[in-house]
Amino acid sequence: MEAIIIGIAKSAIRLATPYLYASIGETIGQLSGVLNLGVDGVMLMGAFSAFYTVLKTGNLWLGLLVAIVVGAIFGLLIAFINVTLKAEQGISGIGVYIFGLGLSSLLFSTMVGTVQTVSGFSPLSIPWLSNIPIVGEIFFHQNILVYGAFALIPLAWFILNKTPLGLSIRAVGQNPEAADSLGVSIVRIRYFTVVLGGMLSGIAGASLSIALLNVFQQNLTNGMGFIAVALVYFGAWRPATVLTGALLFSTVNAIQIWVQVHGINIPSDFTLMMPYIVTIVVLAAMAKRRIHPPAALNKPFERGE
Amino acid sequence: MKYRNVREISMSLIPIAAFLLALFIGTIMIAFLGANPLVAYQALLKGAFGSTNAIADTVVKATPLLFVGLGICIAFRAGVLNIGGEGQLVVGALSATIICLNFVELPGWMLIILALFVGFFCGAIWAGIAGYLKAYFKVNEILSTIMLNYIAAYGMNYLLRGPIMDPLQIELGSFIPQTTRLTHVVDLPRLIPTRLHFGTIVAVVFAILVYIFLWRTTIGFRIRMIGQNIQASRASGINVQKYMVLAFILSGALVGLGGAIEVLGVHHRLFTDGSVSGFTGSAGFNGIVAALFGQLHPIGTIPASLLLGALLTGANKMQRVVQIPSALIGALNGLIVLFVVGSEYLRRSQTRRMERTEDTKYNSKNKNKKESQ
Repeated sequence: MEAIIIGIAKSAIRLATPYLYASIGETIGQLSGVLNLGVDGVMLMGAFSAFYTVLKTGNLWLGLLVAIVVGAIFGLLIAFINVTLKAEQGISGIGVYIFGLGLSSLLFSTMVGTVQTVSGFSPLSIPWLSNIPIVGEIFFHQNILVYGAFALIPLAWFILNKTPLGLSIRAVGQNPEAADSLGVSIVRIRYFTVVLGGMLSGIAGASLSIALLNVFQQNLTNGMGFIAVALVYFGAWRPATVLTGALLFSTVNAIQIWVQVHGINIPSDFTLMMPYIVTIVVLAAMAKRRIHPPAALNKPFERGE
Repeated sequence: MKYRNVREISMSLIPIAAFLLALFIGTIMIAFLGANPLVAYQALLKGAFGSTNAIADTVVKATPLLFVGLGICIAFRAGVLNIGGEGQLVVGALSATIICLNFVELPGWMLIILALFVGFFCGAIWAGIAGYLKAYFKVNEILSTIMLNYIAAYGMNYLLRGPIMDPLQIELGSFIPQTTRLTHVVDLPRLIPTRLHFGTIVAVVFAILVYIFLWRTTIGFRIRMIGQNIQASRASGINVQKYMVLAFILSGALVGLGGAIEVLGVHHRLFTDGSVSGFTGSAGFNGIVAALFGQLHPIGTIPASLLLGALLTGANKMQRVVQIPSALIGALNGLIVLFVVGSEYLRRSQTRRMERTEDTKYNSKNKNKKESQ
């Protein structure tokens, strides 16, 4: 029993990785007032570009870098449409998703064609800490991207709450008029957060294709990016609660995989359905809490004239 | 007056410009992938319109897009974003299939009507869940409808791998997740000896009905009003929550009907490849593109669906001729959405500029009057 729980906990930590990168990126973007629903499309592009680079060069770090660059380019595109062109953010996000899904499938089928595997980031035991019984096994025998994802949480918290930049981001999302009158550039801050979010989505995708699954196929993410957006609501725009949500999901996923692998007699379609049902239930339950999204979320900024 | 005309023309040009821009980027992509864009587009055109059969296939492909597009028109006009077309198509198709499998003894016409009605009804309920959660729990409808897509797909997969699997598949041991071919009496009538079926006419009739509903009835007016200004609607005593749910229900009903018609008119069975879009062919998303392309107008959605249907049908031919995967069309569809929403701003700023000029004119006139008094 103990071994089972350790096994599930270990894979839950691993599986939280893509959610964490994508959700933290989305949290920062939403705090500045930009709702990006295209995360899943950007993740797919990040996953493909990292996978392809590793397949051709075998260089994992280069793969990660390419995913970040691709994510940044998508971030620029999203920022241009949402911030400069002031588009309706819900719909533009769907456009980004459809575009990313189509483009990654297109590139995959022309440049790779068949499902292949690469050797991704391997587990890196942290000396000393990994020897702690149970805890060491669960937390400190993971690959580098997992550590990065968990390090991101305190970092994001610190930047958002303890630095002038974080203050500007939140001001722009809460009260852009006031921020504007104090000389904060709304456009600059929003471009910054959206491009950063794109980069993090790129890493989230890469973490799937060159660290967790080491494979790419069409629609690899299967809606993970949308769950990542849901986690931002769940986490009430706070990194620590986003972490809780990501862990809840990855645990559901880990249990689901465990059930399938061990041939327990529950139809796999039901267990596969679980994360999505949990998302809806959790979002509905969140409504009871009186937490409000950033006031300017989904509202393009128009300077009053 | 002169300004108005210019504005109207420029408004109708926006989707066309968006489409041309997407095609232009498509050209670059095709060239980048090492094919001749001219040959590729020629193949696409031929695949979509080259023969009676090709044209019929284009129209058949456009039909579910029109149903989804109409549903999207209602939802988006109410200011709610129903992204659950995929799931609602699946639920509509699944429920219609189950009816056809279980009531084989009914006369054909009765079974067809029953199956289509059940598809309509179940699509309504599926979207209604998201509407209810949005109106009364403030659950973001984009997220809930996406989640409902996956839930519907996995539910369908479960049923196709067990309870409603074709008995022949079990007997042969091949276990392909599909139902048996539905009884021939529920095949929708063919219009001409091609794959073109009666469902297309139903779709066009519904497009007109949706237009009448949205612009000629009080309920339709209220639905559009909450989409335009929710505060004003609430202040004028409209039960905003009720109409929000209603918009979702009607939206899902049309999509569900579209799913049922896909089964009875095209596939005559339900099948899955395991993924969400296996049965729908992503019509749930492409229908959104059609609606946006048709400027969220039910009548405008008809040509928009046809155009996208042509792209999708032609893409298969293109894939065979120049080996450019049909996924290209998916990417182009995404770009069309981005260009259409991106150009909204240009339109808005133009409208504002004109209003301002009109205001200044009006003000200066009044000022002159006052001064002369």
